[in-house]
Amino acid sequence: MELLIFYPIAALAVVLALFVVFNKSPIGSAVSLIGLMLCLAGVFIGLSAHFVAILQVIIYAGAIMVLFMFVIMLLNLKDDDNVIWKSREGNTLLTVLTGFLVLGILYKIISITLSADSSKPAKIMESFGTTAEVGKSLFTTYVLPFEVASILLLVAMVGALVLAKTKID
Amino acid sequence: MIDSVIDFLAPYTFLIVGAVKAVIIAIGLLSSVPLLVWLERRLMGRFQVRLGPNRVGPFGLGQPFADSLKLLFKESIVQNSADKFLFYLAPAVVVFTAIVTFSLIPFGKPFEIFDQKIGMWVANVNVGILFVFAISSMGIYGIVLAGLSSNNKYSLMGGLRSSAQMISYELTLGLAALGVIMITGSLNLQEIVDAQKTVPNILLQPLAFVLFYIAGVAETNRAPFDLPEAEQELVAGFHTEYSGMKFAMFFMGEYINMITMSALITLLFLGGWHSYIIPVPDLLFIGPLLVFSVKVFILLCILIWLRSTFPRIRYDRLMTFGWKILVPLAMLNLMVTSVFIVIF
Repeated sequence: MELLIFYPIAALAVVLALFVVFNKSPIGSAVSLIGLMLCLAGVFIGLSAHFVAILQVIIYAGAIMVLFMFVIMLLNLKDDDNVIWKSREGNTLLTVLTGFLVLGILYKIISITLSADSSKPAKIMESFGTTAEVGKSLFTTYVLPFEVASILLLVAMVGALVLAKTKID
Repeated sequence: MIDSVIDFLAPYTFLIVGAVKAVIIAIGLLSSVPLLVWLERRLMGRFQVRLGPNRVGPFGLGQPFADSLKLLFKESIVQNSADKFLFYLAPAVVVFTAIVTFSLIPFGKPFEIFDQKIGMWVANVNVGILFVFAISSMGIYGIVLAGLSSNNKYSLMGGLRSSAQMISYELTLGLAALGVIMITGSLNLQEIVDAQKTVPNILLQPLAFVLFYIAGVAETNRAPFDLPEAEQELVAGFHTEYSGMKFAMFFMGEYINMITMSALITLLFLGGWHSYIIPVPDLLFIGPLLVFSVKVFILLCILIWLRSTFPRIRYDRLMTFGWKILVPLAMLNLMVTSVFIVIF
């Protein structure tokens, strides 16, 4: 039953992810990305992590993608066949490094998944994925990563403000 | 034969009940839109000392049906420069998100019939109110996409304005609702209503109520916050290029959102289906449903009253008002509430 829901959503997610990369118009890419985020939220619901699914919709599909749309609207980007994306010379090294990084992460994920014993799935607690549980683990076990991430976001926000301010003055 | 069919269907009862409820809600909502349009036009007429539509049928009740028929048969024009797919997608997104948001609203006590306990809601989600905010934030995309795909500068400006406005006021909406959530200690809309059995939250959180109402009006793009479709400056804003049924769908979305917002305010602040001064008998599900409907109806009338009373706010004032007055007030309310909760 769960697989019946999981496979269509996962397949749709993969197709939409490909659309994001191969779509020529920026609006199309952005819309596909929104769809992809919603599919991921669906996968989270399938894993009975309801709160995380809602956060996925509110933060990624809602807040962040609206900003993407904003940029597209303000710059009035159109799909233009004349624009050919060229990778700059200096980027080659960076591209290769990023490629290796992604490969490494994928390898790790696949090896963890394969090594797990799928015949005895772990028991899911009754309270798993509820708001209270997620909040508790965020403020006890994972309090340091949580605070570090929030400081990182604050720094980014201050940085953006400083950059914009100097331009205006 | 029948027994075996019933036995076969028994484990799927929840699915059947859910489907029936979903159909009832969708049809009920869509058919209440013309009535709401009629109510608005009649009340607006009264407020402006004129008659309003009164020619078609008794009290002009036939007018909304005549209007919807006209819109259904009107030629649908799509200009060549538009992005066809997104142009069709945008109104669908608006209506879809509006209906899905309403499906999370409980509007009465659960009752028992044929040994089945039936709740007066389509979905009772644990994170109910967050889900409402999540889906309604998806509704912004309908307007943004309409503005983008029309390939028209008025539409683009309208879409831009409306998304900026909705993002700004969503913040106030969430912060004001947080006060209520903190008092109740639950995100479940039904539990929030149950906690208001003796005292409605409006007496405990008067500031949050005012903030939530103002932000709610802005969130539904209603006057005096209807900047996205300010006709003096933007022709008709994001739906300038839309005609026929697609144009009507934007209106359907707006009116369904009005109902949802009124229902949400009723649930969060006015005690939902609890009646306080006048005792109302249960009568299966009719009593609570009646109380709830009356509250929502009054709120809808106030929304219409606001529209005919206040002039439209200037755009920069709207943003200043949202960010410099409403958000700090909502944060102040949150701080005071948390101090009170810790002390008592």
